[in-house]
Amino acid sequence: MGMTMTQKILAAHTGLSSVSAGQLIEADLDLVLGNDITSPVAINVMKGFSSDGVFDKEKIALVPDHFVPNKDIKSAENCSIVREFAKKHDITNYFEVGEMGIEHALLPEKGLTLPGQVIIGADSHTCTYGALGAFSTGVGSTDMAAGMSTGKAWFKVPGAIKVVLTGSMTGSVSGKDLILHLIGMIGVDGALYRSVEFTGPGVSALSMDDRFTIANMAIECGAKNGIFPVDEQTQEYLQEHAPGKEYKVYLPDPDAVYDEVINIDLSALRPTVAFPHLPSNTKTVDEIDEKIRIDQVVIGSCTNGRISDIRKAAEILKGRHVAKGIRLIVIPATQSIYLQSLREGLIETIIEAGGVVSTPTCGPCLGGYMGVMSAGERCVSTTNRNFIGRMGDKTSEIYLASPATAAASAVAGYITEAGIN
Amino acid sequence: MENAHGHVFKYGDNIDTDVIIPARYLADSDPKALAAHCMEDIDDTFPGKVHKGDIMVGGKNFGCGSSREHAPIAIKASGVSAVVASSFARIFYRNAINIGLPILECPEAAEQIQDGDEVGIEFGTGIITDFTTGKTFKGQSFPEFMQDLIDAGGLVNFVNSK
Repeated sequence: MGMTMTQKILAAHTGLSSVSAGQLIEADLDLVLGNDITSPVAINVMKGFSSDGVFDKEKIALVPDHFVPNKDIKSAENCSIVREFAKKHDITNYFEVGEMGIEHALLPEKGLTLPGQVIIGADSHTCTYGALGAFSTGVGSTDMAAGMSTGKAWFKVPGAIKVVLTGSMTGSVSGKDLILHLIGMIGVDGALYRSVEFTGPGVSALSMDDRFTIANMAIECGAKNGIFPVDEQTQEYLQEHAPGKEYKVYLPDPDAVYDEVINIDLSALRPTVAFPHLPSNTKTVDEIDEKIRIDQVVIGSCTNGRISDIRKAAEILKGRHVAKGIRLIVIPATQSIYLQSLREGLIETIIEAGGVVSTPTCGPCLGGYMGVMSAGERCVSTTNRNFIGRMGDKTSEIYLASPATAAASAVAGYITEAGIN
Repeated sequence: MENAHGHVFKYGDNIDTDVIIPARYLADSDPKALAAHCMEDIDDTFPGKVHKGDIMVGGKNFGCGSSREHAPIAIKASGVSAVVASSFARIFYRNAINIGLPILECPEAAEQIQDGDEVGIEFGTGIITDFTTGKTFKGQSFPEFMQDLIDAGGLVNFVNSK
């Protein structure tokens, strides 16, 4: 029986010639990731292991990014635990403030995530690296601890949904609109326990940044992982970010078995917004028939804080000003994206338009700091979750959208499509 | 043998880890400190009302969202002896098994058991009994590999035993 892309990668990391959906396996890991929230818990769990060493100091990435620069004393203590652990075990890929970024933007940029790899991370958005043709999935701290110690993790081999993309996107439509559309279609548990494999002629029309955004939010429809095939664009990205590194490309078998096939015509997509309090609660801008007034706009996160996102926002803000009373917070996802934005004059454009620009942090996305909302406030955000209380008070509201829609809404003061005002 | 017995706290579909334990409390990973804020954004009476042994019942996709292990830790530290749901989000499912919080998938039980009912569960057989209504349900038992993991007392002991 044919295997999906994901199944082939898992089989190769298990030493088996084939695996099938539902099978329990133990796979070798190429990378184990943690952040400042999840790593301290994992480090504590590791104290219970009979051996306190790590399996490979080069295959662990520790990225304090959620509450850094430290937002309070407890965050500072968590970062100290991670820092000391990294020092003790001489972890190659520990990223201090000044060289860090939001983990899922940073690791591909540093060339640490490659096609064909098996990656686990104690962060649910670890599925981002599927954009590069890797099997990558989120786990908890105990799994991270076991992974750091043994270099292995157990998995139930997932079945898959095949998403066939055709055509190309028009106007301000981006990868964010595509993934919100898909989540709206199948629901927040539509791909539960399964892979989402993107394929079809439309893939080549998606930029790498779009693919990162799409794979990143696979978890929001319950998927174990989202994955793209490796094409010329992927190879170009890897030449730039991981020069000289070897990797293996896996294609699905022609007779691979899929639970479901979904066809999406990219040219038919419209800017899409997820209303509170689920990412599946989507409407296209054409279906919004009232002026939804907002208080805050956040552009950033592991979903949409990449250079093309900042460029898109700046393009819309150029020569304009955010509406009176609207707080626009822009967060480039890594130091390198921040510097590039500075060199291209994007930061200047954003500040002149009345926005603020922050150092890389997950900050407001999970209601940590740098944009927490009070009771009843509303935010249009390029982040990934709009659950109750996610960005502050339990009565505050998050509307998920693309950077273009977010920037246009900041100027208008209410939710609107880019390019119509 | 009955392994869990208590009163039910019932919640709906898609109970996410942000409501189980809001991120504003994640700088602290002490189980008791987390338990003090468990479920507060949708039910601020939960931390005060829950008793040791009580059972949480949810709808579909329980535990969706973030990978924070703080979520099953907060539920377990609240005294909850088991969670029954129609389905679980996969990271929460792994985390619960890894830290030793018993969970059972059973759509019929999740639908028919009501808030406040007195319920008992046998983990070995997956039998769930609602003493308030007299109904019994059969939850999905774990695959052998996971049962071994649970029997070992979680992933830490499992790794050490190899």
